[in-house]
Amino acid sequence: MQRIIPLLIGVYFGIVMIKSEVASWFRIQKMFRFEEAHMYLTMGSALVVAMISLLLIKKLGLNDLSGSPVQLKGKPFQKGTIIGGFVFGMGWAITGACPGPIFAQMGSGEYLAIISFVGAFLGAYLYAWLRPRLPH
Amino acid sequence: MDWLLRPWPWYIAGPLIGLAVPALLLLVGKPFGISSSFRHLGALCSQRTDIDYLKNYDWRGESWNLLFALGILIGGGVAAGLLSTEPISFLPGDYQSWTGALKLLVGGLLIGFGTRYADGCTSGHTIMGIASLNWPSIAASVCFFAGGLFVVWLLPLALS
Repeated sequence: MQRIIPLLIGVYFGIVMIKSEVASWFRIQKMFRFEEAHMYLTMGSALVVAMISLLLIKKLGLNDLSGSPVQLKGKPFQKGTIIGGFVFGMGWAITGACPGPIFAQMGSGEYLAIISFVGAFLGAYLYAWLRPRLPH
Repeated sequence: MDWLLRPWPWYIAGPLIGLAVPALLLLVGKPFGISSSFRHLGALCSQRTDIDYLKNYDWRGESWNLLFALGILIGGGVAAGLLSTEPISFLPGDYQSWTGALKLLVGGLLIGFGTRYADGCTSGHTIMGIASLNWPSIAASVCFFAGGLFVVWLLPLALS
């Protein structure tokens, strides 16, 4: 079960990313060109549902399946939040994919995304290597 | 059932994406996020490395995230194979060239480097982080957007 559940949630998320076309380069371009509201509305409504879910989880004090209370640790701020964020945004616009959609694109038969995947793997490696020299 | 095969409207797809957040929190006990899978893959592929970011890191403890990524890959196949009438075409045709491949490689590099440096992507920061009102995630999301605007609006001017 510990293995099958994250796998199944991934399948679910992958299907939605393809069917909503948030993994499409064309949709991403239209978002950055302010030509279409689709991405804004999709992300916005995802955010609203996520926010309400978190409020409910907190309010009801729910535990996860293993019985431990759900913990929310916010990611801390550091210089990379800004610099890395900007760098990632550039890659998002060029490839038409963020990390989730790269996997969804590859699975959907958009095999060119394998190049984006290799790039992202090397990019993460580059970060790991340069990390001691980067401002944080 | 015909609507299933067409692209799903935002008011269906958006809430379904949002539900992935409580699903992971309640069923797996983990916060929504995917870009750290590239760290896990890096650590998995280089177990004798000297790089601290990959060496002193328990990727096995985070292996749920690799299964999540694998699931997304399978989900892409299900959406294309069972829930679509036409092949998926999500990348521009002219990316099927050497310059297109180079763009994807460089873009991918920026994604891998950027999301690890920023410690999150559109999933971990923009959805999970903003939904929990974590202000660094809001700052990160603004920067994601700024980077994209830079490529779409300013880079073509600079290159022309």
